Amino acid sequence: MTDRKIDACSVIVATGHARICDLDPCQHGKDFFVPVNRPVIGRASVANEIDKVVLTGDDIRRALTRISHEILEQNRAARDLVLVGLHTRGVHLAKRLGDNIEKFEGFAPAVGSLDPRLWRDDPDKALDQPLQPSEIPTEVTDRPVVIVDDVLYTGRTVRAAMEALLDFGRAKRIQLAVLVDRGHRELPIRPDYVGKNIPTAHGERVQVRITEIDGEDAVLLGRER
Amino acid sequence: MTTSSKTGKTSRATRTRSGTRTSPNQADMMADPRRHLLDLDDLDALEIEGLLNSAEGMLEIAGRDVRKTPALRGKTIITLFYENSTRTRVSFEQAGKILGADVINVAASTSSLSKGESLLNTVKTLEAMQIDALVVRHPHSGAPYFIANHTDASVVNAGDGTHAHPTQSLLDLFTVRKHLGDLAGKRIAIVGDILYSRVARSDIIAFQKMGAEVVVSCPNTLLPDEWQPGSILGQQTGFENLEIARNVDEAVEGADVVMALRIQQERQEAGHLPSLREYSDRWGINSRRMAMAHDGALLMHPGPMNEGVEIASDVAHGVQSVIEEQVRSGVAVRMAVLYALCARSRSARNGAGTEN
Repeated sequence: MTDRKIDACSVIVATGHARICDLDPCQHGKDFFVPVNRPVIGRASVANEIDKVVLTGDDIRRALTRISHEILEQNRAARDLVLVGLHTRGVHLAKRLGDNIEKFEGFAPAVGSLDPRLWRDDPDKALDQPLQPSEIPTEVTDRPVVIVDDVLYTGRTVRAAMEALLDFGRAKRIQLAVLVDRGHRELPIRPDYVGKNIPTAHGERVQVRITEIDGEDAVLLGRER
Repeated sequence: MTTSSKTGKTSRATRTRSGTRTSPNQADMMADPRRHLLDLDDLDALEIEGLLNSAEGMLEIAGRDVRKTPALRGKTIITLFYENSTRTRVSFEQAGKILGADVINVAASTSSLSKGESLLNTVKTLEAMQIDALVVRHPHSGAPYFIANHTDASVVNAGDGTHAHPTQSLLDLFTVRKHLGDLAGKRIAIVGDILYSRVARSDIIAFQKMGAEVVVSCPNTLLPDEWQPGSILGQQTGFENLEIARNVDEAVEGADVVMALRIQQERQEAGHLPSLREYSDRWGINSRRMAMAHDGALLMHPGPMNEGVEIASDVAHGVQSVIEEQVRSGVAVRMAVLYALCARSRSARNGAGTEN
């Protein structure tokens, strides 16, 4: 991709994203170029000019460290833990939590992945991207399971994930860890571990970018296009 | 869920008239989803790739202890088979059932079809039962197109005459891709009844679309008249760059995939072959011929096999054979196809007049 020209005056923030310059009067010229030569996956990874950074890479690292400790606190039988990340970004977050736990406690919990889209109540949505193979590396019956996802919003994905998970066995307990809780739940679901609560409006979009997929760690808040 | 963003309203709000399709190269290719799968010739590599990727996820689900999803719950799929079939029909039935749909099998021999009901009336009767998809096999080429013009349901071609068998080709692509990765530049040798084989036709199209080189070989009597052995077909034939080998050895030499096709014994009366024994000797795939292929080449057969005729028993069950795997892939690929066609609600699929 070539550099993208942005009409409004812009500055480049630390994450490589552009936002409206808040200097008044503006110190920048009109023709400001923003590098967007990062891997582009789907629509959302193209940075929006007005996206605001709500979590930086360091913030994300600290949040995941804290969540790792909280998971260990809450689960006595930590060795039995199964972390299940939801495709796509939840899978990588689950791996990071697993790595943290291994670093703190010296043993690696089982880390799996799950694509719950066929269990959703709006099957059309699952058509946008090919279904991913799920992989639960161990028996889940009688073991505590933590579902890991990037953003918690309506709760519908999590409902689907719980139902899909039941086919793999009767977990002792299912908990939920999310990097961002943006509110607006439509189902009686609440997270057990939250990286950050970010109050949002319906028209806004929360974009989680992680190094493994997007080439950087950041959480952005912008307007829906 | 394209990405991690959880937005308020569905992003795919625009939907033009159903039935027609915008070019996949246009920006929003999801705006007008495909309703039928009749042939692979109007799918581009990207769309095929999407189905194959989706089938990877489906394969994992089909391998679980609990093989059931609610994705197509409440949908009805009818398999309408005017020709005998075991693997294709069972495979579609299993695919539909794993996805949670209700699958009803109609076979010509046990239904009103044998009382002389016309194809159109049969389709109208089934249509009245509010079905979502119709999986059709018919001895006449083009029958699924006729049906697609007379029903609101999604039509999947499960083999029509000598024309096409798209899901077979998708599962062949899926199987090869799993073993050899990217198909670009791979040499695919298709040996056997090219004249009558719908699998051959669909496979040639499918593999070429994915960038593979295809070479075919068969007795001259089983080649279309204008195809000359030892030539490479030009654009006017509709099979550009298709190589016609002089003999089997030339075709399998250096091949990455050897695909043996069934000699349809029911067509033997037409006198295309002197004898099955001679065919087996001159065109059959055996260990000597497999040894001429590339190291690690795959041996495939769409089934059912005539062992000892087009394929020798030892190679058919040997280490290079992926024939059983083809059957397993078939369920996953058909799940992906049924899901892609049926996941939307009936009113959404039929479009016009139901937009809110």
